[in-house]
Amino acid sequence: MPGPVITATKLVKKYKDFAAVDGISFQVAPGESFGLLGPNGAGKSTTMRMVGAVSTRTSGDLEILGLDPNAFGPEIRSQLGVVPQTDNLDTELRVRENLMVYGRYFGLPRAAVAARASELLEFAQLADKAKAKVDDLSGGMKRRLTIARALINEPRILLLDEPTTGLDPQARHILWDRLFRLKEQGTTLVLTTHYMDEAEQLCDRLVVVDKGRIMAEGSPAALIREYSSREVLEVRFGSERNADAATRLAGIGDRIEVLPDRILVYSSDGEAELARITELGLHPITSLVRRSSLEDVFLRLTGRSLIE
Amino acid sequence: MTTVRARRFGAWYVAEHRLLVMRSYLQTIVISGLGNPLLYLYAMGVGLGSLVSSNMGAGAVDGVSYLTFVAPALLCSAALTTASEEFTYPVMLGFKWNPTFFGMNAAPISPGQIIDGLIIATTARVVVTSAVYYGFMQLFGAVPSAWGFATIVVATLTALAFGIPVMTYVATIEQDTGQIAMLMRFVLLPMTLFSGTFFPLTAMPVFLQWIGWISPLWHGVQLARVFAYGASEPAWLTVVHVVYMLALVTVCWAWSRRIAARRLNK
Repeated sequence: MPGPVITATKLVKKYKDFAAVDGISFQVAPGESFGLLGPNGAGKSTTMRMVGAVSTRTSGDLEILGLDPNAFGPEIRSQLGVVPQTDNLDTELRVRENLMVYGRYFGLPRAAVAARASELLEFAQLADKAKAKVDDLSGGMKRRLTIARALINEPRILLLDEPTTGLDPQARHILWDRLFRLKEQGTTLVLTTHYMDEAEQLCDRLVVVDKGRIMAEGSPAALIREYSSREVLEVRFGSERNADAATRLAGIGDRIEVLPDRILVYSSDGEAELARITELGLHPITSLVRRSSLEDVFLRLTGRSLIE
Repeated sequence: MTTVRARRFGAWYVAEHRLLVMRSYLQTIVISGLGNPLLYLYAMGVGLGSLVSSNMGAGAVDGVSYLTFVAPALLCSAALTTASEEFTYPVMLGFKWNPTFFGMNAAPISPGQIIDGLIIATTARVVVTSAVYYGFMQLFGAVPSAWGFATIVVATLTALAFGIPVMTYVATIEQDTGQIAMLMRFVLLPMTLFSGTFFPLTAMPVFLQWIGWISPLWHGVQLARVFAYGASEPAWLTVVHVVYMLALVTVCWAWSRRIAARRLNK
């Protein structure tokens, strides 16, 4: 089996006294789709910048494609594709020109970049927008163009920092479809997200990050198995009566989480728990039984929700 | 192998990018590049010049006609204004408004190469517009000396000696509170007026002459006059002009590279 393409060992990044990344260790295998899941400010983007060889680590070890980013920044970056959190397409240039200019940054000959740009515009479903101004594109299109730009050098690893934040559901699904295709083609993906559904859809394996540390690691299914129950019953009693009702729910389910607006009951059988609640003479305004998600894993690990 | 290319040629790729962007405002560049010399040489050199010579005779200022006196100064001043455009808003844009510099840096381009590339592209624009300007100076018959063409180089050096320090400053701006507009209004404009551009520095009260001494524009203008019509000044002063401008360029170039490295490495 080939060695890992990314190895981070006790990686630390400090800003003055604040440790944005506080001793993170992980490995990513070639062809794997690896995710960093966590709330805003967890240190995901900082980790991504270090992996992207543009941010110098404070301590720890980091190897990207067998090279130390401190010494071989340009060599590493020439083999990466980067989709930053904020689009930084050149709005003074047209769609296709953005790809052309960016391809040149990798020292690729113009003819090669031109051929590749045409392929990528097809892939990003932007072929008919080749001559459009960047500002005239929708948010989803800009994102796809940024991804196309990141692929111009046929990278060995594609880094995506919150690829679908701020997009509408339809645009997200189009994007996921494109990323899924890349994954099928064997591109190594590393992505950060605070959307549990995104992590579940795209990641083979992920780490849950909070306050610069890794809280748990595994495949989405394994994490849910380990840190949550099979089902979750969500009941709402109205904000006034929520806390009061919660005290009377002791003993129901495997575990209970009381949120300001609702109560989560963890159990292998949500419907059965709902029946028991009704037997207690409690009548929730709304109730919902669903499968456990990574959101529940995160709540269990940190006592907080992902999106606050 | 491709990486070696980016390590070596990265700055040129950045310059290529900038020049492509300039194409999107090519119209402005061409119109100002042609209109500017025509209007200024005519209004200042011919118009105001006729007034000056009717009052003070043909060798009115510094022993030459007012047109001959003012033309090299207008050339340098125009070059400097062009460089100021390129070294302010595009720099602010790349670091802050639409952080394209971060995008370049995510590719194999280093922060220093971004600065180098901006300087290369701006130099290219300034050389071309200055050459056009010089062509107009010839048409107006404002360049008696055979060495006049050297004013193109002098104007470019002047532009960089002011523009690169401006870039150094702009690169440090984290929060935009209109600093660039202030810079244009309270540094560029007064400097243009009080750098021996339209009248000799010695015509100003002594307590204002220091403006000329620290102004790269005054040094550039004086040097350009030496080449344009053989203005007489001590040789040591000519050396001072060159050394002062080169010092501003090299020190602030290196400084800009350091600031860029610090800002992009978050």
